[in-house]
Amino acid sequence: MNASFVLEVIVQGVLNGLVYGLMALGLSVIFGVVRVVNFAHGEFTVAAMYAAFLLFTWFGVDPFVAMVPIALAFFAIGYGLQVTLVHRFVGRAEHEQFILLVGLAIIIVNGTLLIFGADARPIRLSYGFDSFLVGPIIVDKVRLYAASAALAVAAALFLFFRFTRTGTAIRACADNLVGAAVVGLDVRRLYALTFGLGLACVGAAGALMETIADAKPELGPVYTLIAFIIVIVGGLGSMAGALIGGVLIGVSEALAGLFLAPSMKSMVSFALLILVLVLRPQGIMGRRV
Amino acid sequence: MIGALNARGRVLLAALVAILLAAPLVADRYLVSVLILIFYFTFVGQAWNLMMGFAGQLSLGHALYVGLGGYVSALLWLKFGIGPWLGVFAAVAVACAFGAAIGWLGFRFGIGGVYFALLTIAFAEFTRIAFDHIDYAGAAGGLFLRVDDDGRWWNLRGGPLLFYYLALALAAGAVVLTAWLSRTRLGYQWLAIREDEAAARALGINAFRAKMTAVLISSAMTAVGGVFTAFYNNNLFPNRVFDINRSIELILAPVVGGLGTVFGPVVGAFILTPLGEALTALTDRLGINAPGVKAVFYGLALMTIIVLKPSGVWPWLARVLRLTERRPTEPRP
Repeated sequence: MNASFVLEVIVQGVLNGLVYGLMALGLSVIFGVVRVVNFAHGEFTVAAMYAAFLLFTWFGVDPFVAMVPIALAFFAIGYGLQVTLVHRFVGRAEHEQFILLVGLAIIIVNGTLLIFGADARPIRLSYGFDSFLVGPIIVDKVRLYAASAALAVAAALFLFFRFTRTGTAIRACADNLVGAAVVGLDVRRLYALTFGLGLACVGAAGALMETIADAKPELGPVYTLIAFIIVIVGGLGSMAGALIGGVLIGVSEALAGLFLAPSMKSMVSFALLILVLVLRPQGIMGRRV
Repeated sequence: MIGALNARGRVLLAALVAILLAAPLVADRYLVSVLILIFYFTFVGQAWNLMMGFAGQLSLGHALYVGLGGYVSALLWLKFGIGPWLGVFAAVAVACAFGAAIGWLGFRFGIGGVYFALLTIAFAEFTRIAFDHIDYAGAAGGLFLRVDDDGRWWNLRGGPLLFYYLALALAAGAVVLTAWLSRTRLGYQWLAIREDEAAARALGINAFRAKMTAVLISSAMTAVGGVFTAFYNNNLFPNRVFDINRSIELILAPVVGGLGTVFGPVVGAFILTPLGEALTALTDRLGINAPGVKAVFYGLALMTIIVLKPSGVWPWLARVLRLTERRPTEPRP
């Protein structure tokens, strides 16, 4: 095993990790503001993967284009979900929120199983096997595109929260809910927007994920757990933390696949989660509350 | 709470026990197998209920204890010929050791709520993947118990009747244990911690010890459930016993029936298991090969219950049928 091959695997892990990071960003944003943990996060990601699969097979839409309508559709789903169901659970006991979303997750997993069956649904892009030669290492074209798109979406979201009035209002809700309500912010609408934005991240991430992995119903719980691990490792509520956590998990998975066995890669992630929970529960970028 | 049942409730309970004791006389094999499932989910649901419903500690990794209990007892039996009646002690010890590790990490380092739930998931998933690679325990290929020495009840080998009465005894025992614990000092400490841990500490309750006891009792009981399933199903696969879906399946009955109540898990198991079976039968009848239907139904059941009756069916049922003297303890709305 030579050094450039290991480097290639690490780069691959970083690129995968950025897509993971975008998915986890959605979870982080929702929890950071609405204070509801979206236990159906990975299941929504898989639903977005199927959406990308359908758009590609029916209309030949490239996932890098399809991610825009999918993200918009998921924004609408998230907005609607928050207004109709989740909002009445805000501030309720954690286990009640959890049970609501686990119920939703079970329905999505098995709904996709009913519709699409258990087989993997890959898409074959015409440039799927192209790659770039960067110095001594080979970088997959698709993976590089997916990671760049994930970074772009994350950057857009960051700019939205930082510089727009609505973004500032949402941050105000996260910082001080009572204060935000006192100055007249429409918390209900802002929460719905936030949940929508969180799911838009998921929609975009799912479309990108479909280019580097094959859609399968059973991936739902796996992605939910990965998203959680990333967010906790990176620091709940920190946007940069989600991306850093994503890269960390992507690389550790890639290295575990290389040095241990591919089937053992998530074991390393779980070990990492246990370590972080015990040693630094606020995460790498988080602040202790 | 048995003590909280009024005369009417006690008569109904006695009737139910009598019917269940006599049921195998008239029930066919299929009905017996459904009842066994109901008892099993009552038992493990009650184990989880003690930890979540009473002590307020959300575990989403109880499949860990089921799997450990099953694997330890099955390995002792297969490799050393030690029967499950003895093996269950080893199974409980191993499960308690894991429970203690999780509890210690969680409670010592102040990992609470959702984080604690994730810690339990992480341990269960970690163990699942580990067992996928332990060749001694059959790895991903699974572990199989011989079924040819039927009738040796002293090795827990036997027909449906043996397992029926064993499961009934376990379920009844769990209900009695819960009813008793809920009236002990420890039970009241759990409730205090569940409602407000800081206040409980201020009153001088040793929260760490009380929560730890809850985890240990719960993991021990769940491991016994694991021994039961291992010898009842005669096979063990890591991705089946340790799977996160098993952990979720296990919490359904107490959630639907009513968290933190003595009869909630019983009512929940009696509602969900037959409904699930009926649904399977219906799709079979219609000739639909739809593996996800039952699970979709469970998902809908969870969402409906938590939206409409977040404190579960039992408190409502008890009120409507006037079975209790006073309101059962309910978790905070």
